[in-house]
Amino acid sequence: MATKPDIELVHLTKRYGNTVAVDAIHLKIPAGSYCCLLGPSGCGKTTTLRMIAGHEEVSEGDIILGAENITGLPPAARGTAMMFQSYALFPHLDCTDNVAFSLKMRAIDKETRRARAVEMLKRVHMDAYAGRLPAQLSGGQQQRVALARALITDPQVLLLDEPLSALDPFLRIRMREELKSLQTRLGISFIHVTHSQDEAMALADLVVVMNGGRIEQAAPPREVFNRPASAFVARFIGGHNVLPAAVARAPVMPGAGEGPFVAIRADRMSVQAGTSGGAGVTSLQGVTRSVEYLGSTVQVGVDVVGLETLSATLPEARFDASPVRPGEPVILSWKPEDVHVLGR
Amino acid sequence: MNRVNSWVTYLQVAPLSLVFLLFLVVPIVTIVVVSFFDYSTTQIIPAFLLQNYEELLLSPVTWQTYLQTLQFAVITWVLTLLIGFVIAYYLAFYVRSPTWQTVLFLVCTIPFWTSNIIRMISWIPFLGRNGLMNSALLQLGLIHEPLEFLLFSNFAVVLAYVHLYTLFMVVPIFNSMVRIDRSLLEAARDGGASGWQTLWNVILPLCKPGIAIGSIFVVTIVMGDFVTVRLMSGGQTASVGLMMMNAMSLLQYPAAAANAVVLLILVLLTVAVMMRLVDIRKEL
Repeated sequence: MATKPDIELVHLTKRYGNTVAVDAIHLKIPAGSYCCLLGPSGCGKTTTLRMIAGHEEVSEGDIILGAENITGLPPAARGTAMMFQSYALFPHLDCTDNVAFSLKMRAIDKETRRARAVEMLKRVHMDAYAGRLPAQLSGGQQQRVALARALITDPQVLLLDEPLSALDPFLRIRMREELKSLQTRLGISFIHVTHSQDEAMALADLVVVMNGGRIEQAAPPREVFNRPASAFVARFIGGHNVLPAAVARAPVMPGAGEGPFVAIRADRMSVQAGTSGGAGVTSLQGVTRSVEYLGSTVQVGVDVVGLETLSATLPEARFDASPVRPGEPVILSWKPEDVHVLGR
Repeated sequence: MNRVNSWVTYLQVAPLSLVFLLFLVVPIVTIVVVSFFDYSTTQIIPAFLLQNYEELLLSPVTWQTYLQTLQFAVITWVLTLLIGFVIAYYLAFYVRSPTWQTVLFLVCTIPFWTSNIIRMISWIPFLGRNGLMNSALLQLGLIHEPLEFLLFSNFAVVLAYVHLYTLFMVVPIFNSMVRIDRSLLEAARDGGASGWQTLWNVILPLCKPGIAIGSIFVVTIVMGDFVTVRLMSGGQTASVGLMMMNAMSLLQYPAAAANAVVLLILVLLTVAVMMRLVDIRKEL
């Protein structure tokens, strides 16, 4: 089997006039990995993806695929294929012809290309719908056809632009699983743009959190969650309380980034009704703002004077042992070892 | 309750139905009825005769005139389609800002602010024997004698048609084009399509409804026209419309009516074929 190539972005920059959409990013995506570009809208993730695909001109920097610099190549010559956000299926062509489109462009004869297209439709379980027009398909089915169309060129990298955002929540989770298993089966790299941290956590081998055209953190999901690199990452991926270091009375590590902020996972917080803290743990006095029952856990929001709303995620049983009600004064506490000092 | 509702529904469609009845159905029925009438040099005699149709369809002149008219229609259709498509393509895909699109689109409609006749007549000083075109070519030394075919010829008729009716192609095709999702063009490029391949495999098929609507406009107008043919051919070429005009000026209304019915059938068939080829309802 041929070795699969790594992708490397070197000093990649995109400017529109005076605004910088992507600001000199460096990123190495190992071969065969599932990479999620995660960030709020306008963070440059889609622009980055489109530059890799060749649909956006690069202002500065290079895109390297394996040993080849593909920065200036046309989209079809890069070994990448793109799946568009709205799927961009050709409305006048049936599923087979949609999938066979790129083969037709390469002047492969009708019999061969249609046979290969049906083969590809089988792989995404859409062969039963081969003769239908895109308008006659549901969102999930359209997505599968779009996947088949992208994969028929045997790309080395598949680029997906918010592929799940058009689906309803139930289908989204199912298609998420299918994407992951497909990626595992094919063994090629997927680069997937999303603004949903759940999606990124569930799918990615490598999560790249972007903000303002820069990469805040690029790491496996567990590392991103347990050791967020910055206050932005901690806030964006959720499940964290971000506090000024002074408030948390965190031990300031000498040498290491003089983080003015710390992050504490919400599920490591304890909540107790009352006004006096326990000994040996760091704690804050606050007022319960909200209590949300989420099934296996209960989320308690706590207002602390001078801070943004903090939250504690408690297992149902632990909450039931000492319940609190909105409006009640509470003590929010945590263990010193759960305090994570943020870089920026 | 349902009864009341159905009455309300009928009331709601009544105004439009009345307009159609009065201005479309009644005139057409009248024409059809009159086409079977008899006539003499001085009067029209109610009757039911097939004589008008016999005379019309058995005359070689009719067939020649219909062929000539069809020829005009086909040539004009091809030219307006080509030019209209290019203009629409430029407006829809090359002009990026919507403001400029609107401005240029309005510029295209400026000729429509003057009447058809004036626009046709203004070709005469340009194309005439001693017109601008001929004098310019003579002075440049490209020709030694004035070109005769420029004015009062089939060339002039087609030129006027193209000038007058290209916009009828531009508008619906442009309308189809601006509805094409731009990501489809990127998807085509991603699939390795060149510019021409994208045009042929994606843009053109998606413009079909617009092309059909524009074609219906142009073909029906040209088939029924008589003013342009008379003015621009200098009376040297016939068209179906002119035939009818002549019959009417001789007070042969039943003959003109029979001709009108035949032309109507022909045009409706043409439109039916186009509708068969392309589903234009998507566009409406």
